[in-house]
Amino acid sequence: MASFQEKFIQCFVTEDRYLFFIKGLSNTLIITIMAAIFGILIGFLVAIVKTTHDRTGKLKILNAVCNVYLTVIRGTPTTVQLLIMYYIIMSGSTNKILIAIMTFAINSGAYVAEIVRSGIMSIDNGQFEAGRSLGFNYVQTMWFIIVPQAFKNVLPALVNEFITLLKETSISGYIALNDLTRGGDIVRSITYETFFPLFTVALIYLIIVMVLTHFVGKLERRLRAGDR
Amino acid sequence: MIAKGETLFKINDLKKSFGDVDVLKGISTEIKSGEVLVIIGPSGSGKSTFLRCLNLLEEPTDGEIFFEGNKINDKGCDVNLLRQKMGMVFQQFNLFPHMTVKKNIELAPLKLLKISQDEAEKSAQSLLERVGLPDKATSYPAQLSGGQKQRIAIARSLAMNPDVMLFDEPTSALDPEMVGEVLELMKELARSGMTMVVVTHEMGFAREVATRIAFIDEGRIMVDKPAKEFFENPDNPRLKEFLSKVL
Ligand SMILES: Nc1ncnc2c1ncn2[C@@H]1O[C@H](COP(=O)(O)OP(=O)(O)O)[C@@H](O)[C@H]1O
Ligand SMILES: [Mg+2]
Repeated sequence: MASFQEKFIQCFVTEDRYLFFIKGLSNTLIITIMAAIFGILIGFLVAIVKTTHDRTGKLKILNAVCNVYLTVIRGTPTTVQLLIMYYIIMSGSTNKILIAIMTFAINSGAYVAEIVRSGIMSIDNGQFEAGRSLGFNYVQTMWFIIVPQAFKNVLPALVNEFITLLKETSISGYIALNDLTRGGDIVRSITYETFFPLFTVALIYLIIVMVLTHFVGKLERRLRAGDR
Repeated sequence: MIAKGETLFKINDLKKSFGDVDVLKGISTEIKSGEVLVIIGPSGSGKSTFLRCLNLLEEPTDGEIFFEGNKINDKGCDVNLLRQKMGMVFQQFNLFPHMTVKKNIELAPLKLLKISQDEAEKSAQSLLERVGLPDKATSYPAQLSGGQKQRIAIARSLAMNPDVMLFDEPTSALDPEMVGEVLELMKELARSGMTMVVVTHEMGFAREVATRIAFIDEGRIMVDKPAKEFFENPDNPRLKEFLSKVL
């Protein structure tokens, strides 16, 4: 029976195995951050299309496309979406990081869209009318007046979505992508040691999530103080 | 710009329905440059709808509106350009809460009139002085009282240098002690020659400032008279009833 210390060395020091965790973490962060950026972009576009449609009755076709997108993405498991992206849609590509980013961006975009939509709808219609009556067109009113306020209102919810996204990327191992979770799992399979690799992985996720949660709490308090 | 005394708005048989509710049932009138037209009438009679048709926040169902000689409820009309010439002041102020007072005032001139930041700042500061709030430039709307908010909202509209100002019950959301400061500013505006269309329940203001008063009831202008004659011997029974409630 190897001692605690020997197990530790076996898991992290021997053959520089700590690199599995470092490399895995870096892949996880790259995927999460890039997917979050593109997800927010997609989400805002979809939200704007949908609220524009609701308000003016225009953009019928785009609105229908958005509805299909939201229904499909929210109605199927993310793992299945990842596998379809890898084996079917992007079967010609070997760039797994790119495939993961695309999958998670498209997935997260659907949830961001709902968040942003509720944010836009929570803005008083008087704001919209004030913008229009000054002479701003629809897009300018959205851009200068509505979206900045909506963004501020939904920022905490967006950070929560980021947290969900971070944890969700742990399914990347399904396409043999070496993210943090798979890094730990590889060390487990090499060393036959379960405790250190898996708890290390869990701890790293937990720390990141706790930092972000702390940040959300601060943000919410700040924003509440800002409005009256 | 239309010379004082010339026709600014000409409205022919204006109708507006929401679904199958007929709100405006044929309004015809003229508004001349430099006039202060006060619109009174019971709640739900269509005053706001009429005002909002003037800058096309509501799309008329039927009839014609001419502004500075051009028909505006027409496909070819550039509503955005049109609205730049009409300031609108709302009951609920509708200041942009995410911007400082100064930004609120500067935004439209900067983005729409494409004036320089320098010019915009100068103009904002002089407007703040005009509305009596020179030290509020860096405040946020949430830090202002209701009366101050409405004065800033008026400054924001004035920053576009409009040919007409539309007011929809500008003092109805204010605590009584703040009504005066806003009315005072509106009086000053009227004295400066601004064309104004004002929906209000402030009869004192109407009496003192209006050049003409129109009484709207059930989607029609029932009485439309020069202010001086308006309150003398009202012969319309609905107007009598209305005045007995508000005076
Ligand atoms: N957007 C709308 N949709 C449906 N009905 C409306 C709308 N706006 C106003 N109305 C109706 O039109 C009538 C007149 O409203 P309004 O012009 O606001 O009256 P006032 O300003 O004189 O109180 C009311 O019965 C109101 O319910
Ligand atoms: Mg009204």
